[in-house]
Amino acid sequence: MSQTQTRNETARRARSGRLALDHLDALESEAVHIIREVVAEFERPVLLFSGGKDSVLMLHLAAKAFWPSPVPFPVLHVDTGHNFPEVLEYRDRTVERLGVRLEVARVQDYIDDGRLAERTDGTRNPLQTQPLLDAIADHRFDAVFGGGRRDEEKARAKERVFSLRDEFGAWDPRNQRPELWNLYNGRHRPGEHVRVFPLSNWTELDVWRYIAREAIELPPLYYAHEREVFHRDGMWLAVGPYSLPREHEAVVTKQVRYRTVGDMSCTGAVESDATHVGDVVVEVAASRLTERGATRADDRISEAAMEDRKKEGYF
Amino acid sequence: MTAQPTLLRLATAGSVDDGKSTLVGRLLHDSKSVLADQLDAVERVSRDRGLATADLALLTDGLRAEREQGITIDVAYRYFATAERSFILADCPGHVQYTRNTVTGASTADAVVLLVDARKGVLEQTRRHLAVAALLRVPHVIVAVNKIDLVGFDGDVFTRVRDQLADVARELGLPDVRAIPVSALEGDNVVDRSSRTDWYDGPSLLEVLETLPVADDPAAEEFRFPVQVVLRPQGAARDEAQREYRGYAGQVASGVVRVGDEVTVLPSGRRTRVVGIDAPQLGGPGRELDEAFAPMSVALRLADEVDVARGDLIAAAASAPEPTRDLVATVCWLSDVPLSKRGRVLLKHTTRTTRAIVGSVDGVLDLDQVTIVGAEDLGLNDIGRIRLRTADPVVAEPYSTSRRTGAFLLIDPQSGATLAAGMVGDPLAGDSRRDDEWDI
Repeated sequence: MSQTQTRNETARRARSGRLALDHLDALESEAVHIIREVVAEFERPVLLFSGGKDSVLMLHLAAKAFWPSPVPFPVLHVDTGHNFPEVLEYRDRTVERLGVRLEVARVQDYIDDGRLAERTDGTRNPLQTQPLLDAIADHRFDAVFGGGRRDEEKARAKERVFSLRDEFGAWDPRNQRPELWNLYNGRHRPGEHVRVFPLSNWTELDVWRYIAREAIELPPLYYAHEREVFHRDGMWLAVGPYSLPREHEAVVTKQVRYRTVGDMSCTGAVESDATHVGDVVVEVAASRLTERGATRADDRISEAAMEDRKKEGYF
Repeated sequence: MTAQPTLLRLATAGSVDDGKSTLVGRLLHDSKSVLADQLDAVERVSRDRGLATADLALLTDGLRAEREQGITIDVAYRYFATAERSFILADCPGHVQYTRNTVTGASTADAVVLLVDARKGVLEQTRRHLAVAALLRVPHVIVAVNKIDLVGFDGDVFTRVRDQLADVARELGLPDVRAIPVSALEGDNVVDRSSRTDWYDGPSLLEVLETLPVADDPAAEEFRFPVQVVLRPQGAARDEAQREYRGYAGQVASGVVRVGDEVTVLPSGRRTRVVGIDAPQLGGPGRELDEAFAPMSVALRLADEVDVARGDLIAAAASAPEPTRDLVATVCWLSDVPLSKRGRVLLKHTTRTTRAIVGSVDGVLDLDQVTIVGAEDLGLNDIGRIRLRTADPVVAEPYSTSRRTGAFLLIDPQSGATLAAGMVGDPLAGDSRRDDEWDI
């Protein structure tokens, strides 16, 4: 075939859609591109890894992006001290399997030595900001990967893929860099760093479809199981050492699963029969509630809770 | 090849108060893409403000200041899907001072949805947004002639606006501009066709979006592959057999590459052959591909041990472009500080960043005449033509040929701020346009 014929053939196939990437492949390709850009342009990247599905997906993509080399950066867990034990076990096993170094910044250490005070509402999610910023400064991390998605929350919908943070870790939503084509500008001054969100364009359903497609293992609490729970603020909270029912809150055993995995004291479970990843895909596709609306008490603190936390340096 | 839905990227544009956020809210709401708790929140806030019905604009205006002022300040990204297609929608603010956000949204868009107020017709801001769409070579523009309810569903008003738009589109050389009469507030012709515009027999906005061909398909262009990272695990490889691995990782910018293809590495000009294409993968059996096409992220293995580094471009040998240090380019100036104060800049093009000097300003785009007129400086939101000299050779091609290898950023070397969006050549000049690439 001549060059011209080859080109015409290619153009014909492109027009007929045969050379179009499907939705998940397009998202994967974009995320891999972003992860590789960061490794090429930054000195000391780190990946925030909680054992939650989005950070698990991030680590999976990073492992794929650099094969056959190992993942070329460490992971950082900002540990609230109120974790589900299944998640910690999963976290340790996963970093071991992938040969990745795990750094842990502990909220509990800050409370123990008086640098942070426990909140009256018991949630520790907002307390993660200071240990996170300290860990970034101590390790001189200049790029911090997060699994944040724009579909999670309306302030996150405004987030750039590369999000410049000043020396206080603060996000200034009114003064963000324009982000053009796939040319990401990661320039920053000493003391500043960049938060990077390769999953920006993924939705919760995309994440689950990809987890199903790639057969990615997750902590078991993402799948339906029996658990002792009590009802508060329209959510089912697990009975555990860090979340105890008040006197009038009855403890019942329900078949539940988690849509997000965070601080045990403020992350709610949803009633579910989805015991396998395929069931979860079906359930998420049919859900009439967003994952944060359904399961995160800390986002209900005010209309702009996430925006306010992000301005302070939260992820 | 694929039964999965494809992905279409959209950007919105339009002046303040044309109802963009309401249209986006209506599109999400009527396509059943709004979840119950989001709608509850909107209804609650609307009630608190004394409104009788839910203000759908609150679905997208997420920042504190936006809700307080009732305007959109920054680009918000929304996601929705129908059985036909998945959509990423960049909801861009309309205020003149945020034109840079329209440029941001349009740079990755397959289609722009432009709002025009039926009562006002084509305004300067409409021309500006159409010019941005033309400059950035957005393949499709769909104009929602909004607030058609406020002109009594008058078909003559719509026809007048549509003819005005056709004139501007012709001046700008925009190949595919369609107009749809809509009421974002009441939902006419947004998702469902309206019974109140019987003089209009075309599709609704969503029907158009679902059926637009992805025409500007980079896979149909020449093969170009900017090298991002060299994968050479050596001692770090977990598997002994992988220690000799050497792959050039990147995202195919345009075209298709197959195992066996002759390629040229630029700027060195060394020729070699592709002997392997690896998809991103985990350990275990490899995912070797026969071919890769834009926009796939892959790693290429080459026949010879040529010197290849980040910033180099691997191109089809038969069509390898010439590296150059002198560029004529069209830029959209995005900084408060004018160009004249920025003689020395950084130029970021594909995966290469190099120092550059702005030689001269040829002129600025006059939006009324849609021509370049003499100017010596560029200020915020100005679109102008400049000359640049780079420290290292860049393998830049006209933006009218490639939206990937023709695009660049100018960056302030001190603060790191993005100063300009750049397009190599003159994308608005009629003679540089390749008509066969446009979908009419």
